Amino acid sequence: MSTVVESHDHGHHGPAKGLSRWLFTTNHKDIGTLYLWFSFIMLFIGGSMAMVIRAELFQPGLQIVQPEFFNQMTTNHGLIMVFGVIMPAFVGLANWMLPMQIGAPDMALPRLNNLSFWLLPMAFGILISTLFMPEGGPNFGWTFYAPLSTTYAPSTVNFFIFSVHVMGVSSILGSINIITTIFNMRAPGMTLMKMPLFVWSWLITAYLLIAVMPVLAGVVTMMLMDINFGTSFFNAAGGGDPVLFQHVFWFFGHPEVYIMILPAFGIVSHIIETFSRKPIFGYSSMVYAMASIAILSFVVWAHHMFTVGMPLAGELFFMYSTMLIAIPTGVKVFNWVATMFRGSITFETPMLFSIAFVALFTIGGFSGIMLAIVPADFQYHDTYFVVAHFHYVLVPGALFGIIAGAYYWLPKWTGNMYDETLGKLHFWLTFISVNVTFFPMHFVGLAGMPRRYPDYALQFADFNALISVGAFMFGLTQLLFLFIVIKCIKSGKQAKPEVWEGAGELGLEWTLTSPPPYHSFSIQPQVK
Amino acid sequence: MAYFKKVLTKFIFVIPFLFSSIAFSESSDYNMKVGVTEVSESIFELHMLIFWICVGIGVIVFSIMFWSLWKYRKSKGAVAADFDDNLGLEIGWTVAATLVLIWMAVPATQVMVEAYDDAEGEINILITGHQWKWHYEYLEDEVGYFSNLSTSQEEINGDVPKGEFYLREVDEPLVIPTNTRIRFLITGNDVIHSWWVPDFAVKQDAIPGFINTAWTNVPEPGIFRGACTELCGIKHAFMPVVVRAVEREEFDAFIAQKVTLAEAERLLTSKNWTKEELMERGEAFYATNCAACHQAGGQGIPPVFPALQGSQVAMNDSARHIEILMEGVQGSAMAAFGESYSEIDIASVITYTRQAWDNDTNGDGVIVTPQDIVAYKNRIDL
Repeated sequence: MSTVVESHDHGHHGPAKGLSRWLFTTNHKDIGTLYLWFSFIMLFIGGSMAMVIRAELFQPGLQIVQPEFFNQMTTNHGLIMVFGVIMPAFVGLANWMLPMQIGAPDMALPRLNNLSFWLLPMAFGILISTLFMPEGGPNFGWTFYAPLSTTYAPSTVNFFIFSVHVMGVSSILGSINIITTIFNMRAPGMTLMKMPLFVWSWLITAYLLIAVMPVLAGVVTMMLMDINFGTSFFNAAGGGDPVLFQHVFWFFGHPEVYIMILPAFGIVSHIIETFSRKPIFGYSSMVYAMASIAILSFVVWAHHMFTVGMPLAGELFFMYSTMLIAIPTGVKVFNWVATMFRGSITFETPMLFSIAFVALFTIGGFSGIMLAIVPADFQYHDTYFVVAHFHYVLVPGALFGIIAGAYYWLPKWTGNMYDETLGKLHFWLTFISVNVTFFPMHFVGLAGMPRRYPDYALQFADFNALISVGAFMFGLTQLLFLFIVIKCIKSGKQAKPEVWEGAGELGLEWTLTSPPPYHSFSIQPQVK
Repeated sequence: MAYFKKVLTKFIFVIPFLFSSIAFSESSDYNMKVGVTEVSESIFELHMLIFWICVGIGVIVFSIMFWSLWKYRKSKGAVAADFDDNLGLEIGWTVAATLVLIWMAVPATQVMVEAYDDAEGEINILITGHQWKWHYEYLEDEVGYFSNLSTSQEEINGDVPKGEFYLREVDEPLVIPTNTRIRFLITGNDVIHSWWVPDFAVKQDAIPGFINTAWTNVPEPGIFRGACTELCGIKHAFMPVVVRAVEREEFDAFIAQKVTLAEAERLLTSKNWTKEELMERGEAFYATNCAACHQAGGQGIPPVFPALQGSQVAMNDSARHIEILMEGVQGSAMAAFGESYSEIDIASVITYTRQAWDNDTNGDGVIVTPQDIVAYKNRIDL
């Protein structure tokens, strides 16, 4: 083996030409780019589904689509946004940034890396193809509660199950790669407590993924058995238990929601320290807070199920454990604010998105605490109040984290500065429309509008019209983001290696040229 | 455009009063319903307490953040300090956060204990969620009935103006007496539903194979409207809950009437039914229970809901026709109606669908009588 390696001329290593560059690539940057574009495309597909939903809900009555198709839209919008947009975008950022942040040439397992990406288009190809089948795609909500998703599901549910299996394999392989890379390929001197926070956030996320993706695979396999092989895991008539489904699903599902926010915590921490020109406040408490959130995420799952009829002790336990999560999350918010305090702050686009992240994610946190209060949850559960809550943590939370990260690192990736004026325009349009869309959902939810309704009572009409206007504005604004990204790839002011004033001190990625060499660090840097 | 303008003016007016309106208005357009029971009032107060604590924390955190952003902006020549740690501060805010949570948890626990009580009621009502209607059964009196959405398809499609209680009205509401402890036993027949009445702060999932409990005690008469809150399929939005609370005497009269009707119905089973009688009854039953999916003209919505007009089963196979009505069709939306409806209803709707839409001229036009259904049941039981 070693002779083969030595016979290579290292000076000529570069990307292959044409399609094969992307199909067979084992380069962390190419794979990162693939992940990010995949996620971007899925954002527009999942977003179009949201537009169908909002168009139908613009006015009471059934105007545009029938309930059957509406349910397919809500289901696929959720599945695509969770598994096809937020998660791949974070994996894409990890692929690009982890080797550069820890001073490694590439990911530890490059071929595995290629496989974990290319599984994703397969998985989503399968999922989306069901929409074109005569019986239609999955229509039982992204949480696919049995028996609606088993005994009463269209037969295309089998495609859905296979697709979830493939997504799970992709996530698990990606996580193994990330953990291996972080533990084995850090530059000399980079101890665990010197790792950049984005690396920490991904290390914790990867462990969460490895812990819960098999649980998701387990629950869909049980569904598969119930549907095709006559078992009765979730079928009460056969002695099974429909509530078991929910327990298993949410044992996966709650860590999953932290999988979708922890990497954003890492990104935002970097951006706030960069543009406050001041080191992050309480680095070690940031790490411990993320670890506590991850551990607590395994003991709160049943707060999604307060109305299934648990015993009093169960309800109270899950209320208290859920409230506990507010402590580490609060610590993170306080630390970000303390980082800004007495800094020297500028407001470039990534910083604007990060400030909005802190403010709006906190609002999502407040509604989270309200939802944790069991008796009050009897009134909130499965209404638009919940929809408002999780969109506040996922859109101005996770998605803003991703967009902020994209603006922050785009000059590093492309070697060109993005158009700052357009970036700011993108921010303000997005910030306004996101609040016009999701804030009124709190009100319609409290007033009593249940979620997953294709049609509603007249009292909710005004707010729904406003929400739809906000949603269309939000959707259109993201086309501007696409334009800004393409413009930045094609042209723009040449970016310096450190890109942002003073960033050279903050991380190894800023010591590389912009754009960085195809193999990030051929010689390992020393970390003091 | 005029509609847009109306909506816009309304919201521009609302924005300055947003927070005050949440706080002080009992209007159900913006905030949780206070409701009419002691539990719902406690829950509302708890909701407002938690809300104001969150607002308080928000005001403090956001003020410090936006003040820092303003005060320490580089364009005003701010120079960054370089501290990155303060153990006292960090311990301080962790302890403060914990104390605030305890402040929330204590009243939350009290209200939860108050709301959670599964002791028997004076009146016990079994609520069963079906795709897509509710069935109410008074356990003490052994009478029950279905409660269907009464909003017309024309209103939903926008062919006629929508009424005041669009999608919040049913043909037969649940009737309960006031000032009586009522226990609801809630279960599901097919998929999971969830029975919610905001005015009582009662929301319980209706799960097949489980019986959940909830209770209420309504102090004043009135009509209270709620909804199904667990995705249960295509008509999830079209199975509202309506509860009518009445004085005890009125309730007793209502139950007495239901009991008489049920007895009369039982007697009718043995009567000899003519085709016309069956047709008339079947047509009404079809309109309430079948037309939503199979459509008024029997054309269905293929492939999800098959057409009945010209269907081989409806034209030429009465045995299979009875079987489908009685047992449902596994893996489809077609429920088993046999358990839930009388022999007369089943027989009449089968007879109706075998005669309607030219099915009788194109097929055998067999008439199915209540006695046939009784015979079917006996055969199955053997």
